Amino acid sequence: MKLDTFLRGLLGSLALSSLFLGTVAYSSDPIIVGEINHYKRMAAFAGPYKQGIELGLEEINAAGGVDGRPLEFIFRDDQGKPGEAVKIAEELMTREGAVMLTGTILSNVGLAISSFAAEKGYVYLASEPLADGLVWGSGNPYTFRLRASTYMQAAMLAEAAAKTDAVKYATIAPNYAYGKDAVAAFQSALTALRPDVKFVAEQWPGVFKIDAGAEVQALERAKPDAIYNVTFGSDLAKFVREGTDRGLFDGRNVYGLLSGEPEYLDPLGDEAPEGWVVTGYPWYDLKDGPAGTFVSAYQARYDDYPRIGSLVGYMTAQSIAAALSRAGSTDSEAIREAFEGLKLSTPMGEIEYRSIDNQSTAGAYVGTTTVRDGKGVIVGWEYKNGADYLPSDDVVRSLRPAD
Amino acid sequence: MELFIAQILTGLANASSLFLVACGLSLIFGVTRIVNFAHGSLYMIGAYTGYTLMQVLPGAIGFWAAIALSGVVVGIVGVLIEILVLRPVYKAPELFQLVATFGVILVIQDVALLLFGPEDLLGPRAPGLRGVVRIMGEPVPKYDIALLVITPIVALVLWYLMTKTRVGVLVRAATQDREMVGALGVNQAWLFTGVFALGSALAGLGGALQLPKGGADLLMDFNILAPVFVVVVIGGMGSLPGAYLAAIIISVLNVFGVTYLPQSTLVLMFVVMIVVLMFRPYGLFGREEVAGEHGQVGEPERPIKPASFRVRLVTSIMLLALAFLPLLGSTYLLVFLTDILIFCLFAASLHFLLGTGGLVSFGHAAYFGGGAYVAALLITYSDTPMELTFVLAPIGAGLVALVIGWLCLRLTGVYFAMLTLAFAQLVWSLVFQWGTVTGGDDGLVNIWPAVWLKPTVIYFYFALIFSVCGILLMRHVQHSPFGYALRAARDSQRQAEATGIDTRRIQLIAFGFAGFMGGIAGALFVFSKGSVFPNELEIARSFDALIVVFLGGVKTLAGGVVGAGFFKGLEETLLRFEYWRLLMGLLIIFIVIAAPEGIVGSLRKVGEHLGLKKAKDQ
Repeated sequence: MKLDTFLRGLLGSLALSSLFLGTVAYSSDPIIVGEINHYKRMAAFAGPYKQGIELGLEEINAAGGVDGRPLEFIFRDDQGKPGEAVKIAEELMTREGAVMLTGTILSNVGLAISSFAAEKGYVYLASEPLADGLVWGSGNPYTFRLRASTYMQAAMLAEAAAKTDAVKYATIAPNYAYGKDAVAAFQSALTALRPDVKFVAEQWPGVFKIDAGAEVQALERAKPDAIYNVTFGSDLAKFVREGTDRGLFDGRNVYGLLSGEPEYLDPLGDEAPEGWVVTGYPWYDLKDGPAGTFVSAYQARYDDYPRIGSLVGYMTAQSIAAALSRAGSTDSEAIREAFEGLKLSTPMGEIEYRSIDNQSTAGAYVGTTTVRDGKGVIVGWEYKNGADYLPSDDVVRSLRPAD
Repeated sequence: MELFIAQILTGLANASSLFLVACGLSLIFGVTRIVNFAHGSLYMIGAYTGYTLMQVLPGAIGFWAAIALSGVVVGIVGVLIEILVLRPVYKAPELFQLVATFGVILVIQDVALLLFGPEDLLGPRAPGLRGVVRIMGEPVPKYDIALLVITPIVALVLWYLMTKTRVGVLVRAATQDREMVGALGVNQAWLFTGVFALGSALAGLGGALQLPKGGADLLMDFNILAPVFVVVVIGGMGSLPGAYLAAIIISVLNVFGVTYLPQSTLVLMFVVMIVVLMFRPYGLFGREEVAGEHGQVGEPERPIKPASFRVRLVTSIMLLALAFLPLLGSTYLLVFLTDILIFCLFAASLHFLLGTGGLVSFGHAAYFGGGAYVAALLITYSDTPMELTFVLAPIGAGLVALVIGWLCLRLTGVYFAMLTLAFAQLVWSLVFQWGTVTGGDDGLVNIWPAVWLKPTVIYFYFALIFSVCGILLMRHVQHSPFGYALRAARDSQRQAEATGIDTRRIQLIAFGFAGFMGGIAGALFVFSKGSVFPNELEIARSFDALIVVFLGGVKTLAGGVVGAGFFKGLEETLLRFEYWRLLMGLLIIFIVIAAPEGIVGSLRKVGEHLGLKKAKDQ
């Protein structure tokens, strides 16, 4: 290439890009939202989530943005460290001009940002972390949570379990806060419905450090009627494989928290467990209504299918746009007030951010796993509205510290 | 009884991969004295390579060929790492090479993500070995039986190689006294490369062999690291029979732990390691480290001296500039600098132990996190005034350090380092498991400072004063008679004792003091973030500090602080790139090779070379 042509090309592309910049600049300044996540540490989960957000943003901005201003997210990686996330939150709010914060998958990072947000008076929408503490024990007025919590999803499974005549249950859950919460929630919800139920074994493998053969032997030794599983990711794969080989699941009811989500079910391929009752996301069967529209829009945009993270990301963008437009201002207090009792329609149907505890009423899909065309799917599923699986208002008030 | 036998079989099958990876690490350490932290990464490459090859090669032959080929491929990767990264730094101070292997970990993490994608891969089944056989009515997976056969075969081949061949003789000789082997005319460079290749190949084999029981994912490198090190240390570093026995002990005990004490799985192996090291300080089959390691490898260290007028002037100007920063800087800049100051104090406290004391602690996070947790617990449960917690938190951390130091100081070298790591891990699991008090991994939140300290500017000054005074105090102690006694104990314990220094007491006090200073950093940290979680006690946190101390320069007084400041600043810039781990890893490797005496040490050399600084004052 001659220098001359090269220079001309350079000039041309500069002109083009300034044209592009010009088109953006004619609308007013964007509203910036700070998003913090573990993009490297949990790449398989954060990737689809980010794509969901970006799809949501494209739709919102194509429709004129929020009150005529485009909505923009700044995505930052916190390496999965709570201390790092707090520092980034500070940077996003004070230097990048973000009006509110969102993000994280890991509960402890979510809790760290939540505490920081309350201290500084910033609004934080916890999109994916599931810990009940975020809205209850450690809840605060500035933290809102989108996804159906550990308690809600466990209660949905407990409801299904209560309908069977199994009485002896064994549980297996990763040995950390999420696993413990999930087991405690299932136990309390199930014993409330069925006081005759007994828990005969509790197994606690280290998270991502399962010794599957030994866990399966220990569960088998307790001879339970039913098993409640909270393991996920590579632990779930190993557990399912050893358990299937050793016949642990034969003739037993198994309940799996999140086990039906594509993130966890797909890596198992044709070895996905059959007949487990799980919470999940049956995108393959969602053809109609808002849920179907989202699935086809996502597939058209990315040439890939949506995971549960994609849906959560999309609904995060929607929720924030709705709150900002209801607030009519980018002031933290206005946004906080706008989130309280905010109602919006999402692919999951209409959800509301409850003013009593800042938890959204987004629900979950509950169904039974099976293998179809060499892939694990859930069938006979039903969408359960989150509002029906929350404790009574009095209980919630007693759980939450006084605002 | 049937269950008992089935459990033993499960344990033995689990020991298989663990043994292969661990004996590779043990071999490498025995001959090259390199603590290869990248060994987990080699295991991960083995798993991914095996998975990829199994997709291509058909049938049972293809499956087993894929496993063997994974060993070969990872062996070649090992050769590349040895020649490109480690060979240039064999002459560097002891343990410096582990920093280079840490750089390799970061590079491999990003390369694996690029090549294999983020999703977990489920390992393919071994053809013909799906399902179980019944042994006395208990189901035992067929592949477990295959592993039970394969592992002893590999162990036998290794035993033959080590005892009956010339290569084995050389390797064993080098494990005992590598200088002598060199003096006898053996080409050490190629011996080292060969051993590294063999060790890597075994790790790769281990990674590929476990595929039918698990799969390949991006977290497996770190997840295997702790058990493998535990096995190697329990067995005795450099001992293959030791690694075999230890792998079996750990795996079988773990199976019973899972059944009878399900919550114990986090700590069990560390408890076993502590018990073994208490009774056999060099592992089951290890030997005391040889006299060749007396003193320190590399150039002898220079006498320390008070900073010159010029250095004092420059430092004062920089501190003054820092003190005036709030007038111009943004809030974020202050938050960022507060982070750096806290980390500098933390790194300096480790540097005190490592540089002056020669005590390589792999568990320094116990005191940083310990201080943070003491402060957080006091605030949460007893409404202690914040000001008081700044006194109590370091004292608490110092006490923890004294206890751990008292238990660890009977050991030396790598065994000492591993024991500190084990105790740090015990503290971590205590905090992690005791959810009702410590909040488990949901941590303790809403730990904010008193009202007068809340403004970011005030907190910045507060951290500035504490960090600078803390660092100056440690520097002062290094120049005091106590500091001299500590260095004497480091350089020659026997001579120091002959002159009447109670070296053990001196080292213990140093341990407590370093823990105390780490505790201050922890207290500053918790109030600046408002919350604390168990990951402030994790191995990774200890290594953050270890890496910057080594890169800053162990044999210099300012190394810890300069390294910490430099790397925090660098991280801040690099984190904005998508593949920051790759960049960071390459940069660490570059610094290790270009500046084997650390940043400060190498700058000093350059300065002397250019005549800016007087060479070696006598």
